[in-house]
Amino acid sequence: MIENIDRTTLWIVILGLGIGSFGLRFVFTGLVGDREMPEWLLRHLRYTAVAILPALVAPQVIWPAATNGQPDLPRISAAAAALVVGIMTKNVLLAIISGAVTLYTLLWLLG
Amino acid sequence: MAITTTKSAFRKGLKDAAPFVLVIIPFSSLFGILATEAGLSVFETLAFSVVVIAGAAQFTALQLMQEHAPTAIVLASALAVNLRMAMYSASLTPYIGAAPLWQRAFAAYMTVDQSYVCAMAQYEKEPQMTIPQRMSYFFGCVTPVVPMWYLFTLIGALLGAQIPQSWALDFALPITFLAMIAPMFRTPAHVIAAVVASVAGLLTAGVPYSLGLILAGLAGMLAGARAELWLEKRSVKHSEGAA
Repeated sequence: MIENIDRTTLWIVILGLGIGSFGLRFVFTGLVGDREMPEWLLRHLRYTAVAILPALVAPQVIWPAATNGQPDLPRISAAAAALVVGIMTKNVLLAIISGAVTLYTLLWLLG
Repeated sequence: MAITTTKSAFRKGLKDAAPFVLVIIPFSSLFGILATEAGLSVFETLAFSVVVIAGAAQFTALQLMQEHAPTAIVLASALAVNLRMAMYSASLTPYIGAAPLWQRAFAAYMTVDQSYVCAMAQYEKEPQMTIPQRMSYFFGCVTPVVPMWYLFTLIGALLGAQIPQSWALDFALPITFLAMIAPMFRTPAHVIAAVVASVAGLLTAGVPYSLGLILAGLAGMLAGARAELWLEKRSVKHSEGAA
């Protein structure tokens, strides 16, 4: 509990994080605008989404915070189901549903 | 369905981003619940979501504040988690950099994982879209996501701790991210980028302040770019051999 948290600190964090996040989101679209970017840079940027998101997700799948970092069969299976269905059907909604159904089924079975 | 007008671009964005509502609802409710559990008022919790709109960074900041970390460390860590937004901004620039400044500023405020992935997938699929169509599409993608983010932060904050942990809401995020990335594996280079980034993400998980994420992301991007060059060279050689 942080009922003793300093309200000034909280608002500094909220506003600082808001301004900082906007800065990060605006730095290229805002400042570079329609100036040409070099080909080598564009080639790397093409892989931003398929690199950052898996890097973000991989540790959460293998060492979930909810199980205190212990690998967890329902969560790993759910991740695999979402990925496989997503690749096979290219349907985001179906992939999410497959992941959720796998997660809850296994959580319930292994409960 | 090909996009022919700015209005149809907006509608298509709206439709393509609709599934994300399924994720935004549990994720933002979870933030509302945890923030009020941590002692924030309903107003403070909602303000947090409206000002920042970045789930992972908000969770990081909340966690560190609960541990009474110094303010500078709280800010630095949460911004490090959000560094990927600068990469998103860079990769959106070739597509929307020519739009009016106020639109780019508006889009920047609403650049989140979901709107970014949704927009990029479409821009790559239909490169002939005009700038106004791209912006309409972007704002279409944002429409089901951002208002829901506010609304369900509020609902989570009002419900408070009534939602049991056994609902496993924590896992909504990884599942959605995987579901979002899977359709983007259009070439072997994309697959290589994702595999390298995942392995690097595991190897760098211990690096402080979430900087491992940035290192792993860069490793994946490098691998993707190298693979693309190599595949291009190989296909040139093949077509020369055939001729």
